[in-house]
Amino acid sequence: PMIPRQPMPEQDPRRRRYNFEEVPRGYSEETAMLEAGRCLRCKKAGCVKGCPVNINIPAFVALIAEGHFAEAADKLKEQNALPAVCGRVCPQESQCEAGCILGKKGDPVAIGRLERFAADYARTHGHEPLACAAEPSGKRVAVVGAGPAGITVAGDLARWGHHVVVFEALHLAGGVLMYGIPQFRLPKEIVQYEISNLKKHGVEIRTDMAIGMTQTVDQLLENEFDAVFIGTGAGLPMFLNIPGENAIGVFSANEFLTRINLMKAYDFPRYATAPIRPKRAITVGGGNVAMDSARTALRLGAESLIVYRRGMEEMPARVEEVHHAQEEGVEFHLLTAPKRIVTDGRNRVTGMECLRMELGEPGPRGRRRPVPVEGSEFIIPADTVIVAVGNRPNPLVPRTSSGMEVSSRGTVIANENTMMTSKPGVFAGGDIVSGAATVISAMGQGKQAARAMHKYMTGEEPPCV
Amino acid sequence: DALADGFELLEKRELVPNMHLLRIRAPQIAAHAKPGQFVILMAGETSERTPFTLADWNADQGDITLIIEEVGRSSRELISLPVGARLAHVSGPLGQPFDIQKKGTVVLGGGCYGIGGILPLARALKQAGNRVISVIEASSSYLLFWEEELRAVSDETRIATKDGSRGTRGGVQEVFEQLYRHEGPVDMFIAMGCTFMMRMTTELTRSWKVPTFVALNPIMVDGTGMCGACRVSIHEETKFACIDGPFFDAHGVDWDELDCRRSAYAREEVEALPQAADLNALMFPEAAHQGCGCGR
Ligand SMILES: Cc1cc2nc3c(=O)[nH]c(=O)nc-3n(C[C@H](O)[C@H](O)[C@H](O)COP(=O)(O)OP(=O)(O)OC[C@H]3O[C@@H](n4cnc5c(N)ncnc54)[C@H](O)[C@@H]3O)c2cc1C
Ligand SMILES: Cc1cc2nc3c(=O)[nH]c(=O)nc-3n(C[C@H](O)[C@H](O)[C@H](O)COP(=O)(O)OP(=O)(O)OC[C@H]3O[C@@H](n4cnc5c(N)ncnc54)[C@H](O)[C@@H]3O)c2cc1C
Ligand code: SF4
Ligand code: SF4
Ligand code: FES
Repeated sequence: PMIPRQPMPEQDPRRRRYNFEEVPRGYSEETAMLEAGRCLRCKKAGCVKGCPVNINIPAFVALIAEGHFAEAADKLKEQNALPAVCGRVCPQESQCEAGCILGKKGDPVAIGRLERFAADYARTHGHEPLACAAEPSGKRVAVVGAGPAGITVAGDLARWGHHVVVFEALHLAGGVLMYGIPQFRLPKEIVQYEISNLKKHGVEIRTDMAIGMTQTVDQLLENEFDAVFIGTGAGLPMFLNIPGENAIGVFSANEFLTRINLMKAYDFPRYATAPIRPKRAITVGGGNVAMDSARTALRLGAESLIVYRRGMEEMPARVEEVHHAQEEGVEFHLLTAPKRIVTDGRNRVTGMECLRMELGEPGPRGRRRPVPVEGSEFIIPADTVIVAVGNRPNPLVPRTSSGMEVSSRGTVIANENTMMTSKPGVFAGGDIVSGAATVISAMGQGKQAARAMHKYMTGEEPPCV
Repeated sequence: DALADGFELLEKRELVPNMHLLRIRAPQIAAHAKPGQFVILMAGETSERTPFTLADWNADQGDITLIIEEVGRSSRELISLPVGARLAHVSGPLGQPFDIQKKGTVVLGGGCYGIGGILPLARALKQAGNRVISVIEASSSYLLFWEEELRAVSDETRIATKDGSRGTRGGVQEVFEQLYRHEGPVDMFIAMGCTFMMRMTTELTRSWKVPTFVALNPIMVDGTGMCGACRVSIHEETKFACIDGPFFDAHGVDWDELDCRRSAYAREEVEALPQAADLNALMFPEAAHQGCGCGR
């Protein structure tokens, strides 16, 4: 008999909407082996093509099926510095799992869940991946930004014998993994575990260092370092540019999530950062950031609504997150676009005026374009509006570095293969290059950059993967 | 994670009631600081990220000086630290430095912490060849500080007190008026301090059409342009005070909006104060039962 795709144990939605604990609980060893047993170990594996970093999926899944969990984690680490993170946050349904042959007729192998399982196993069992026996190279590398891209570069280059110093503007390393993605989706302990591993491998992490303000990239190159990697991400929030947007109660998703995740405002007043206490919160947007914001608002005790100008199919968020949000009771207002923030005499939000939309002709990228229905204005009452309509690249580093070419969208231009920028010795990767994208693509570019940086500094190929 | 030797509190003095001078070890900030910039501090790992203007710094000694007004929880956490303690985090220098140019006669107005904040500006503007007049205000004469320090770097220093106990009766704006009307042309005004004072001076200089810059102080979180908490409207355009500011053309500021946004957390700020909970116990759990706990 065919074994069905193994479900993931989850916290009950009625309970979890009141806490910040992780929602999916992870596979047990038995379930993981059962699920791994479903894989056909295809020769021309479609799943591998779907993964942006081409993880050897049949191999790691086979190791799990045989009960070699730690070895499965090692296999993953060859291509992916943070499998515990990717197993949790990758949009698998449009990447690896979309390419799985089993998905043609039934359900694909739960690759993400297995990845998470193997990585969690290695972490909780104190399993350390085999070190690379590289000699110290005497070279020094600066990594700017401690998000997934920077973490990947730092990890690889440190293993290959270089002295790596990571500069991070915030007081904690981790990038979006720390300040953006909430605890209930990605426990911060996992991110900090990876950071502590970096330190164990000799990587120096200097927080509270905004490059461009404290030192510039030019100065890093002149004074101390043989090569520099820029992984400063897409951290500049976009707003809607509608009237009333600077009222009290309107937040960028970044501010909202940073206060709660990074500054732990949900633990106020033990933590001193003032919390946001929404009673009725509207989140504008349809991506992962919007789902995270709406589900966080819910956990702060609010009625939580999502306003999105297209339909359900067009939502760019991971399917699982939309599903979780629905289960927890987030209300979806689709084909609805914000027009104006309504405020009271003290400039506090009392609601948002919206317009109904219809889907028109498909646009250049095939997505049907929403068109406003005239005269359809209506007001949704709310005391909080969270704007989650995207982030642009952070301009601080490109603005303060000489000779660094930037596109019209503000992204740093880098060579597709080497990730070298127009400034010799300076490499870049992640959201600062691609615009707001995914964790795994940021790490993939980090991998590429690390190889090229090693070659740039030593003239040789890296000593190990 | 901070630099290996941390951000040590080297000196702490209460200059006048509620105004504290803190000197902190932060060589990387001292080496790169420019007039008009600020830092974001966290006293402990559970503290809020709070911005403070760089009132002075010494690149050779690797230290920075801040003037901190005791207001609510964050400022109290900071001034409760004993000398020798290490702050959890100091990040900076942040913000655009003030564009120092030779303009002619430049009048600087400072109130509250701004008295300290204008010192580096006065020094740099004078070095750039300007005639610098520093004006400082306080409610009463006993609340004035850094008068000598400012005199040393300005061509002239004027004083205003609300109760008239020294200098002109009134605030910075009264002295600005006197200077402008009776003592010849002024080429630029700069004001730093409480929102009320900055706003009053703005209204005044608007009618004279003299370029005026103010150091805006909206609520901030990260200070790197990531959150948008610090957004202000300048000539009806949204700007982020932490990366586009803190200095802006005073005549373009939407003051009503700034006032509102600054008071967004008024209720929580009161709750954050240690009424029921003991602040020292929160910050130094290991020392909760030693001494009186006043931290000084
Ligand atoms: C709320 C939210 C949810 C998301 N959910 C998902 C998801 O489910 N799945 C997924 O794949 N992707 C998701 N993403 C996108 C993903 O997190 C990003 O694509 C990824 O983090 C990009 O990595 P990065 O290393 O390029 O940059 P970042 O993670 O943005 O890290 C950049 C780091 O650089 C630092 N920095 C910036 N400027 C400077 C400077 N001048 N000096 C020093 N340091 C600096 C920043 O503080 C930050 O720590 C989400 C994003 C957000 C905001
Ligand atoms: C660029 C800039 C430079 C500043 N320089 C100085 C300085 O040199 N000396 C000084 O004493 N003060 C300065 N301030 C103001 C200082 O940051 C606030 O007084 C301080 O954060 C108050 O915190 P609290 O917890 O003690 O008081 P709270 O009781 O929490 O707040 C009192 C008031 O301070 C303001 N405030 C609170 N939190 C913040 C925050 N995170 N960011 C900004 N404002 C906040 C609010 O308007 C609030 O109503 C500056 C502010 C900015 C933005
Ligand atoms: S990294 Fe992401 S896309 Fe690749 S196999 Fe893992 S979950 Fe799938
Ligand atoms: S395509 Fe599916 S079945 Fe085939 S190897 Fe990949 S995961 Fe296994
Ligand atoms: S403080 Fe966050 S953007 Fe300015």
